[in-house]
Parts: sequence; structure tokens; C-alpha cells
Amino acid sequence: MSISDINIPFGITQNASEHGGLVDHMLGFVHWFMLVLFIGWSAFLVYVFWKYRASNNAAADYHGVRGHATTHIEIGVVIVEAILLLGFAFPLWSHQADEYPTSADTIKMRALGEKFLWNFQYPGNDLMLSTWKLAGVTPSNVTGRELNDPNGKDDFVNPGTMKLPVGRPVIVDVASKDVIHNLALTPMRSAQDACPGVKAHMWFKPVKTGTWDIICGQLCGPGHAQMKAVLEVVTPKEFEDWSKEMSAGAKAKNDTAAAAPAAAPAAH
Amino acid sequence: MSAAAHTHDHAHDHAHDHHEPGFIAKYIFSTDHKTIGIQYAISGLLFLLFGFFLMLLMRWSIAYPGQPIPGFQIINSIPGVSWVFNEMIGRWAPGGVVNGELYNMLGAMHGTIMVFLGIVPLGFAGFVNFVMPLQIGTIDMAFPRLNMWSYWLFFVSGVGMLASFFLGTGSVQTGWTMYSPLASTTSLAVTNIWMHGHTWWLLSMVFNISASLLGSVNVITTIINLRAKGLTWMRMPFFCWAMFIVAFLLLLAFPPLEVAALLQLSDRVFGSSFFLPTGLMEGGQHLDISGGGSPLLYQHLFWFLAHPEVYVLILPAFAILAEVIPANTRRPLWGYKAMVYAGLTLGFLSFLVWAHHMYLTGMGTMMSTYFQITTVLISVPSVILLTCLMISLWGGSIRFTPQMLFASAFLPMFGIGGLTGLPLAFTFIDLALHDTYYVIGHFHYVVAPGTIFGLFAGVYHWYPKATGRIMNDFLGKLHFWPSLVGMNLIFAPMFIQGMGGFHRRWYDGGKYFEQTSSVSNWFTELTSGVFGLFGMNVPNNLLGLNVLITFGAIILMLGQVPFILNFWLSIKGGKKVKNDNPWDCTTLEWATPTPPPHGNFTFDIVAVRGPYEYSVPGVNQDFFPQWESSPGKAAEPSAVPAAPAAAHHH
Repeated sequence: MSISDINIPFGITQNASEHGGLVDHMLGFVHWFMLVLFIGWSAFLVYVFWKYRASNNAAADYHGVRGHATTHIEIGVVIVEAILLLGFAFPLWSHQADEYPTSADTIKMRALGEKFLWNFQYPGNDLMLSTWKLAGVTPSNVTGRELNDPNGKDDFVNPGTMKLPVGRPVIVDVASKDVIHNLALTPMRSAQDACPGVKAHMWFKPVKTGTWDIICGQLCGPGHAQMKAVLEVVTPKEFEDWSKEMSAGAKAKNDTAAAAPAAAPAAH
Repeated sequence: MSAAAHTHDHAHDHAHDHHEPGFIAKYIFSTDHKTIGIQYAISGLLFLLFGFFLMLLMRWSIAYPGQPIPGFQIINSIPGVSWVFNEMIGRWAPGGVVNGELYNMLGAMHGTIMVFLGIVPLGFAGFVNFVMPLQIGTIDMAFPRLNMWSYWLFFVSGVGMLASFFLGTGSVQTGWTMYSPLASTTSLAVTNIWMHGHTWWLLSMVFNISASLLGSVNVITTIINLRAKGLTWMRMPFFCWAMFIVAFLLLLAFPPLEVAALLQLSDRVFGSSFFLPTGLMEGGQHLDISGGGSPLLYQHLFWFLAHPEVYVLILPAFAILAEVIPANTRRPLWGYKAMVYAGLTLGFLSFLVWAHHMYLTGMGTMMSTYFQITTVLISVPSVILLTCLMISLWGGSIRFTPQMLFASAFLPMFGIGGLTGLPLAFTFIDLALHDTYYVIGHFHYVVAPGTIFGLFAGVYHWYPKATGRIMNDFLGKLHFWPSLVGMNLIFAPMFIQGMGGFHRRWYDGGKYFEQTSSVSNWFTELTSGVFGLFGMNVPNNLLGLNVLITFGAIILMLGQVPFILNFWLSIKGGKKVKNDNPWDCTTLEWATPTPPPHGNFTFDIVAVRGPYEYSVPGVNQDFFPQWESSPGKAAEPSAVPAAPAAAHHH
């Protein structure tokens, strides 16, 4: 039995990412700590409510508890909390926030939220994602891709579905066009606010294939409850084939558009 | 009759010393702290009821999305009522069905009303106004007229919030947090921006905050300057200490929100871009704005208020329990000094934790380290406060009056609320739990079966001082038990849903996210099975818990009926108090006539000992009031040496 098993009776959802096991482990540790304290408090309360009810104990004791047990319990709580901070919270977060994957197989992509859908921009065959700006978003350029950026020529956009290969790290640039959304990938134990004007990122490494809901985790308007996208983790081969095909199609389309004079950036 | 005569025999003589004001001055535009306290308390209770009613509509939609609200047709057929209901809610619910727009209005107003118009007015303004001046032995607040202004500014803010439902746009629908840009750009096309729900929310908040500021300055001044002779700081009941701390939180934390509200209003009305970034879009179009603003700035300003606000909500409950528990265990509060220092530490730290609400905004390691440290640190004084209250029970002779039942239930309920905050304190775990129902369960355990139970305890405890009558004990128990069961049926399943990835603010309760909501576990099986025993078909997955929670809300609703009856009927029909100190308490408010007249005390009151001297060895009664030199005999003012800390007494 592992520490994180305590999360199961609390209904934890399946984990499908590499670091997710660490999240669950830490959560399990905290849940055990909470359970011990809660059982201790409850046992104490049940005892005193029974033992010291007026009908059982007519005269109260002026002094009450005299020992130092409470001080020791308080110190114990502080020590466990210090362990949680120093042993878990700081190193784990620093790993997550500062040590982004650099391996060659890392997928760099962009998730751009709008009411009430997600646009996923993929780097295409060159594995390089274009830069973008909010002011550059037009009906034909839904992710505001910098049209002069050569990295973007083979980038493609897949609205509504985030397709990823199992076993490769992915870095997602998360942003929004209109209001604050949140790209919540619960099975990946990852979430990131998509805030207009803020360039934010998240990363994770899927370790299981499957299909899950992508939830918008921040109130974004009347359609918030239906702002759903799909997270689809497939085999590396399937992903490669799909990505190559989509990328080639996007490149052909971009080359044609570049040849036509009408494809100027938006007036704004 | 002799008891009643005994109660009032000196009160009537004393009343001649003061000019008794006329009806309007006495009950409406009153400057008397007790009337203002009662006005605040009753307004707060009514707003709590209204906020709860909004939540019932939301819970209906969550459990039964797409189905008409029960009784919708009946309400619509009652003349007068149908007009009000239709203008407020009905016109947004085609065929009686709650949609995303209406749900967001209900949600924003539920949060706003519960926090700013319900709990703070009742828990802080109501109780502090009624009890504190009595408890420190003075005739009124330091600035009685300012106090009256405080209530009436609050009243305007409440009317403004309610009236916003009737506007063409309906009330605001962007969450009680009013995050920009959502709050700034929703229904931007409205031509008359002054008749917009969001504008009215912001203006009402300006009134509300101004009312809070007037109240908090008054409380601070009164406690510092007007304590009775002999009532040194460390003889002051913990109730006053906690309220003193709350007053400072309100004084220092609210102004940033007032600023934020004005800046957001300016973005809306005058076309500025304080919170709006360059290139921002709405409805597929780039907005014609200068840009360059920051939505994150708004969040910082909001949470700089809204985290201390959490302690504004919870400290009044601790304040009340610190009085109710000693009175009903017949022994002193354990660790009074530790509680005072813990309270002060808590107040200070509450200003340093706000950004833990913003862990997912893209925070770097330095910021997250800082806020994780402060967040974990603040749990230490919280645990001290809770521990002291629990240890106070040990060795007591516990009388389970209704107020003690609510106080007793507060302890484990607040305990659950506090403990479930622990995982949320860590950014790494927040990746999985942020804005899920786990968070909703956590903070509602803190403020609903936590704070609100504390406030109920306070109502039962001081009701006899305000009315001269005791609330019915049986109805009190009939209020307590369904409330306890209902609260837990509502909030416990939320942890299971949150762990399963359910996020907040879904008007259809997660039906649309089929993959997430079709998960089942032992708890959903149990829920479905138990409902099955009663012939009800409830889904055997996380959606089934929505039905369970809604049933819990209905039980909670039914549980409030005995309270409402008890509260109003006991004014005339309750059992009369046997004397001015019906619970045999020790603090100064029980030395006044019942109810206290204008001017409060009939003799020069002095404090000669600490606030919680119950069951003192060698004393022949189990309470030794602060104002008595020997049991049953009021201390002479000359008996108290003029302590430097005690200020002059009017």
C-alpha cells in the first residue's frame, strides 16, 4: 500500500502524467496528516462531550488541562508543516516551474482560449512554434501567428482537441483572447490560467494513452459550463502521422496565401 | 412576576436620567448602538436567507439541469409576487429553466450577498454594535451618529444590490470576484452604462465599503478610549479582542478594493484600460481601447481585501464562541492570553497571504515560495485558536443549550474547513485541485457550518439580553440537528466531486463533461443505493452527488423554519428571563437592565477581575462577575485604583 492510496476513497481521478504521481503522493501525505488530526480531535470531542456533560459532572474544574500536551501537539503540527514545505512543496514546485524539459523530443505548442473554445496551435514538422500577438488575431489567423515568422509556416491549428503522443514532454503556452480561462487537465495534474496579456506556460509528460475532458477552470461567461475540449493521448506513431499530415496541409495553404496580395495583416 | 420586577426595578428610575427618543429616532434613525446592532443583525439574517434562496435555485439547476424550477408556475400565478419574481429571476429563466446567464447572476449575487450583506453585517456589525459597548461598560459607541450613518450606507448598498436584479441587464453575472476583463467586457453593448448590473454592483460596493470603514473606525476608537474603569486590555473579553482585530482588517484591507472598484468602473464608463491589455478581444472583435492594462493587477487588489475578509468572516465566530463556551462549560476560557496573541498574529498574517488565490496565474518560484510560507504560517494561530476552544471543554460541566450545541458543532466543522485548506496551501497540489469543488467544500465548511453556526450560537446567547426573553429550547434543537445534517450532506460530497475533477460554476452540474462526470466510486454507489431504497432513481456516478447535495440543501432549508419562528415568536412569547443575567455569566453586558435602556448602565460600573472567572475555588457560586467585589455585590468605583490603561468613562 502506498501513501497516495488514501486518495482513492476520496475519489481521486486517474493520473496520466509523469509528475502527477508526485502530486498524488504529496496529496496523500497531507491527507494522512489531516486524517490523523481529525480523528484525534473527534475522539477528544466525543470524550469531553460525554464525560463533562452537566448531568455527569455537576461541578466544573477551574483549572482544566494543566499539562503541556497541547504545546507538544502544536509543535508537532508545525514540524509536519515544515516537512511539507521544505521536503515537498518547495522542491516539487521549483522542479515544475523552473526546470522545463529541454530534450529534443519536447513538443512545444500553444493553447489559446476564447469564449467558449480552445485553439491548439502545433509546431508542425520543424518542431518550432511561431511567435504570436493578441493584436494579430484575425478570422483567418485564429491564434495571432506572426505571419513573417518562418517557424510558423508549417504550424497548424487544431480547435477543440489537444492531441498528444504518450511518453514525450509537452510545453504549452497558455493564453487567451478575451477573458480569463483556465486550461485544466486534471488527469495530467496540470492547470494554468489563460489570461489575456499574460504569457504563461505549463508542462507535463503524458504516460498513459486515453481520452479525457479538458475543462475551463475559470468563470468565462454564460457558456463556461460548456467550454469543453478533448485531450487525446495517442501512440507516438499515430501522433507523428497526424502531425505530418496536418503540418503539410498548413504549409501548402500558407504558401498559397503568401502568394496572394490580399493576405495582409488585420487593420488593427 | 417578582422576577420581572426584580429585573427592572432600578431600570425605570434610571430611564428618567435620559431623554427617551421618539419612535423614528428610537427604531429607525437611531444612534443607539443597541438598535443599530439589532438593525444590522436582522438585515444580515434576512440577507443570509435571501442568499440561501439564490443558492437553492442554483442547486436545483445543478441537480436537475434543463428542468423547470419547482413551483415556478405557482409563484407566477400569485399577483404581486409574480411581478417581483418575474422581474428579478423569471424573465431570465425561459419556461422556468435556469440557464448559464441566470446561473451566473445567482452565483455572483450569492457570493456577494453572503459575504458583504449577510455574514459581515450580522457577525461583525450586528454583534459588535450590540455587545461590545455593553461588554466594555460604556454608554454607547464613540461616534453614535457616525454609527447611524454606517448602517444607512450599508442599507443603501443592500438596496442597490437587490435593485440591480430589476435592471434591463439583470444583476451582475461575473462571479463575486468580478475579475477583469470578464467583468469589464460582459454585455459591453449596453448603451446606458449607468443602468448596468455591473455598475450597480460596483457603486453598491462603494457604499458597502464606506459603511464598513465608518463602523471599523468607530469600533477601534470605542475599544481604545471607552473601556470602563478597571477594564484593562487583559481583562477585556476575547469577544472584544477579536472584534478589535476584525475592525483593523476592515479598516486596512477594504480601501484597496474600493480603489479597484473605482478603476474597474472607470474602465467601463470612461474607457480607460487599467485592467485591460492591448489587443483584447470580445465577440471576435478587437476592442477599441488603449490597452496596456493588467488583469492581474485587479486580482491582486481584489485578494488583498478578500483574503483578510476571510478572517473578517471567521473571527466573529471565534469571538462568540469565546463567550458561549465558558458560559456553558462553567469554567474559564483556556489559554485566554494565547488566544489574544494568536488573534493578533492571525490578523497581521492575513495581509500576507492573498496571492495563494492566484497560484495558477503563472507564478514563479520566488513568489510561490513566499506565499506558501505565509499560508502555512497562518495555520499556526488558527490551530491555536481552535485548540484553546476545544481544551476549554475539558473539566467543564457542559450545559447543552442551543447556543452550546451550535458552538460544539462549530469545532469539528471548522476543523474540517481548516484541514482541507492545508492541501490547497501548496502550489504543487493546487495544480490538481484549484477551483474544483474541493475548494468549494473547504471554504464553505469554514464559513457555513463554521461561521454561521457561530453566529447562530451568538443569536441564542444574547437574545435574552436584547428582548428580555429566552428563545425556545426545543425549537432551538429542532433548528440545530437538521442544520448539522444538512450542512454535511451539502459540503462533504463536494470533496469527492472535487477530487474527481469537478470544477465550480457549472450551471448544469457537470453534465456536459461526460467523461469526468460519468465516473463512479464507493460513495456514488452508496448514494445511488440509498436513494434507490426510497424508490428514487439517482445516477450511480458523480452526477448523483449533485442530487444528494440538493437534498442536503432542502433539509437545511427546512431546518431554518424553526429558527425563523423561534426568532420572531419569542419576542413576545418566549420565556421571560429570571434576572438580568439569565445564563449566570461574568462579563459586563450582563450587569445591565434587560433590555438595556438608552445609556445602558444604572450604576457606575467597574471591572475588578478577568472576564472568565467561572467556578473559582472558594467562591460559593460558579460564576464571579467582573463587576462584583464579592458574589452578589457590585464593586465600588473607588475600590479600583486608576490603572493607566483604563481611559476615562463618560
